[in-house]
Amino acid sequence: MSNRLTTGGRLLDRARQMTFSFNGVRMKGYAGDTLASALLANDQMLVGRSFKYHRPRGIVASGAEEPNALMNMGSAARFEPNQRATTTVLFEGLKAESQNHWPSLEYDVGAINSALSKFLPAGFYYKMFIHPRPLWKHVYEPFIRQSAGLGKAPQQPDADTYEHFYAFCDVLIVGGGVAGLQAAHVAGKAGAKVLLLEQAAHWGGRAPVDGGELDGASPQAFVDRMVAELSGMPNVTMRLHCMGAGVYDHGYVLGYEQLDQAVRGAPRHRLWRIRAAEVITATGAIERPLSFAGNDVPGVMLASAVRDYLINYGVCSADRTVVVTNNDDAYRTAIALKNAGLSVPAIIDARVLPGDSALMAEAKEMGIRVLMGQAVAKVLGSKRVRGIEVCAQAGEGAVLEQIRCECVAMSGGWSPVVHLWSHCGGKLVWNKDYALFQPDLENPPTGADGLPFVTAVGCAAGPITGTDFEGLSLFDTLRGAVEATISVCERQGIRLRDMPKVPTVVEYDEEPLHPIWLMPQGAGPKLRQKTWLDYQNDVKVSDVQLAAQEGFESVEHAKRYTTLGMATDQGKLSNINGLAVLAKALKEDIPQVGTTTFRPPYTPISMGAIGGEARGEVFQPIRRTPMHGWHEKNGAEWEPVGHWRRPYAFRQNGENTHDAVMREVRNTRANVGLLDASTLGKLIVRGPDAGKFLDMMYTNMMSTLKPGKCRYGLMCSENGFLMDDGVVARISDDTWLCHTTTGGAERIHQHMEEWLQTEWWDWRVYVANVTEQYAQIAVVGPKAREVLQRLGGMDVSNEALGFMEWADGTLGGFECRVYRISFSGELSYEIAVRAGQGQAFWDALMQVGADLGIMPYGTEALHIMRAEKGFIMIGDETDGTVIPQDLGLHWAISKKKDDFIGKRGQERSHMTDPDRWQLVGLATLDGSVLPDGAYAVGSGTNANGQRVTQGRVTSTYHSPTLGCGIAMGLVHKGPDRMGEVLSFPGTDGAIYKAKIVSPVFYDPDGAKQNV
Amino acid sequence: MLMLTCPCCGVTGEETEFTNGGEAHLKRYGPGTSDLDFEAYLFLRDNPKGVHFERWRHTYGCGKWFHVARCTMTLEIFGTYEAHVTTPPQEILAKIKSRRPDWIARIPGGGSE
Repeated sequence: MSNRLTTGGRLLDRARQMTFSFNGVRMKGYAGDTLASALLANDQMLVGRSFKYHRPRGIVASGAEEPNALMNMGSAARFEPNQRATTTVLFEGLKAESQNHWPSLEYDVGAINSALSKFLPAGFYYKMFIHPRPLWKHVYEPFIRQSAGLGKAPQQPDADTYEHFYAFCDVLIVGGGVAGLQAAHVAGKAGAKVLLLEQAAHWGGRAPVDGGELDGASPQAFVDRMVAELSGMPNVTMRLHCMGAGVYDHGYVLGYEQLDQAVRGAPRHRLWRIRAAEVITATGAIERPLSFAGNDVPGVMLASAVRDYLINYGVCSADRTVVVTNNDDAYRTAIALKNAGLSVPAIIDARVLPGDSALMAEAKEMGIRVLMGQAVAKVLGSKRVRGIEVCAQAGEGAVLEQIRCECVAMSGGWSPVVHLWSHCGGKLVWNKDYALFQPDLENPPTGADGLPFVTAVGCAAGPITGTDFEGLSLFDTLRGAVEATISVCERQGIRLRDMPKVPTVVEYDEEPLHPIWLMPQGAGPKLRQKTWLDYQNDVKVSDVQLAAQEGFESVEHAKRYTTLGMATDQGKLSNINGLAVLAKALKEDIPQVGTTTFRPPYTPISMGAIGGEARGEVFQPIRRTPMHGWHEKNGAEWEPVGHWRRPYAFRQNGENTHDAVMREVRNTRANVGLLDASTLGKLIVRGPDAGKFLDMMYTNMMSTLKPGKCRYGLMCSENGFLMDDGVVARISDDTWLCHTTTGGAERIHQHMEEWLQTEWWDWRVYVANVTEQYAQIAVVGPKAREVLQRLGGMDVSNEALGFMEWADGTLGGFECRVYRISFSGELSYEIAVRAGQGQAFWDALMQVGADLGIMPYGTEALHIMRAEKGFIMIGDETDGTVIPQDLGLHWAISKKKDDFIGKRGQERSHMTDPDRWQLVGLATLDGSVLPDGAYAVGSGTNANGQRVTQGRVTSTYHSPTLGCGIAMGLVHKGPDRMGEVLSFPGTDGAIYKAKIVSPVFYDPDGAKQNV
Repeated sequence: MLMLTCPCCGVTGEETEFTNGGEAHLKRYGPGTSDLDFEAYLFLRDNPKGVHFERWRHTYGCGKWFHVARCTMTLEIFGTYEAHVTTPPQEILAKIKSRRPDWIARIPGGGSE
């Protein structure tokens, strides 16, 4: 059983015990534990079920590469799935649950899949769930959805907070092992602004666990000294618990910091958005598993992880541990276990070496049995290792002996962590001698200036070839870090005051590994089917071989077909072994097969961290008019329009929304209504060439408009399509004011700027967006004039201020500009006052009009009244494919102008074709309301077998004025077909019949607005 | 995420501060031009792998349009220059030549170099 030793554990604070729970069982750990080490200390070897076959799985690794120990963590609003136990720092009260099983971790019904694994090979889903077609929707899809996904989705909004940090530095160093510390020390002493990130909870990486001597002292003493000196440098910032998540274009790097969850009120995660002139990746290496049958049984672990748990956390994974290896490094695990008084029945070394290496000799001296040239035929046990069967590596798996043990510590060599190097385009090169991919120094990631900006150092750089460097030794790691950092500083023009020294190192000389991609090398189908390559995605050696057999020759295709290295693994554990198996099956070399793409983030980061503070109210700030507060207090029901909120209707005395809208329309038509029109865009266009410019912007002629007059204008894109409309007023000889739609102010302003800056930059015109400088209120209805006359101050009679005219003046003491324009067909004044006076002016209007029945109205009443008049609305009657001619707006398109934006587009044959859908009114035969967006059907079917359509509804309302449904629509040759009845099938199954009529339902002569 | 320097206000900012406006140095074809010319102006865009001239706008800064010469493969920025020109300036072309000696200019509005 795995348990806690009474002594040891360099990272533990044994004085601080902590309680946590796993699957509801209370357990104890210490401060300094990870969740994984605490689980092992409580003999919890089984931590989850695999994704596809639901096989029992235990902890394999001790860091970010862990594939199995993914947990549901927390509860309710703090619930989060797929948290890695090996990187989760234990805290008091932590609650974790294992995933992917039912009804329990110990007894999982889904494990039947494992018995069926013969029938669930690679590509099973593609093969099985294709035929027969009809089964897809009702049988296959629900089944797949049920079994898809790892962990549970949270049910509640996240209760935690997150934040973003922006950081800038000369040198960013990712990885706080000895190489990263050494690099930071060199750059820090040179005076560079340094940021040093380490994903784990402590500095120093593997060196303090792996031993050796640095500058005559222990690696821990070296790390302590480095950290102390770096802490004293004001130009160096250091962060633990902060992972370098991704490297992006031009030196942009994301860091992901996990904050102490014991601190109340602090954000949970912090996303560092870093701009670094140079990035040094000192991300170390990850140990590779070995491929033998049963290598996924709980208790089979990476040799380095067994060593980590023992030395860092005082946890022994088992009484008896067999070490299986193809390299020298795993001997350190055997030696460490023996030193702790634990039993190591044997070291199975697949290599055949001419003599003993230094580490091997030491192990033998301690009395450990070393079996050369041998391999694991099979692991015994299912939920726990019971022992192994030993065979010759060269053979097919004939069993030589059985060895009883509870833990298998495996090592297939080390792979440099090249993820960050690769994220932004750094290429890799295969190192044949060490059987690993390492950064290709000829092809580094390059920045804005085209020069390299990422440098790999330490184990992450791989053995430096073509020099006297030797492998991944501690000395070479430090020497490489010093030399690379000197180059980085020189590249940045940072002068080194004195030449940094490489520490003196005492360490073992190691014999090279022998690449072992399958154990034993002649393993038959039965063994290969139990030999896992990717634990998380349940990919076996046999699956990759099958993929190759079925023609998936590209590594990227084989990856997707088998799911090898997908999801959170991203090539950490499974990569090289899988590639080697694929290469062998394809009879190619590994570098020919290549690697899959390493994508950021290095390990998953929370969505909360990505969102940062931009949640809830601050996600997208709302724009409010000066009268917003009044509307809120007076029953406004809000409608989002762009970033604005506009009142849809004002509900009074418990009436429903529909009734409120009907009342608002009737009251405006009978008495007087107030509309907050402040959101309409207001652009000032000014300059000697402003008239010429507006003639290009609008389809109508604006240069001929007289000061004091208004004109309704249409704006098209260069493609000819209608994009905005509004009333233009000529203020003076060289100044126009252009109204835009509510959503259009910024867009149209930018549209004008774009043409002025990039096409007609020699035209003397300025454009200013003054939308928010004014509150604009429409006073609408037969009693509108009386309201204004009661306020007094300027002449608003028809003689002084006619329809489509404007005037400056005062009303009730408010300085204002009054436009006599109408979007309702009623007598109407739109009055602009300074934004700061909007509310006071609104109050004055409400007060003076009280006995005239003045009432505010919202956007729905506005829509109904404009539809009754047949006025189009951008976004209803237009959808980006409609030209003004489709809407019967020929009168607003100047024929005198040589050019305007959209004119050439409208001359294309398809646009001048009489066969287009055009605007008409639609009156239902029974007075009901047509469904919005409904299509008018014709006879027969089109080439796709769909019903032929001949028109569609663009606006549809119940008109309280006429007491029936009214609608507008675009109908094939509509204006030529007056009186024809069309059929509109609704989604409710009913067929709506409507007659084609004029779109102007109310006051066609315009008598009411022109009084 | 790119870093760009606005030649108008001089600020170097992140890509999120700017908006891409597509291929640069297009010639406008208005009324009276052929369908082919109009189609090419409105719809047909170069999408080279390598040197590219683009329009950008400093949307969340000074608001001005400008030009960028950029490598679409490596994202190297050869330089930024003002909007008020119909062809890339000589110093930008020289910079590109120095970084990409094999590059043959195909500049819209400027003919072949």
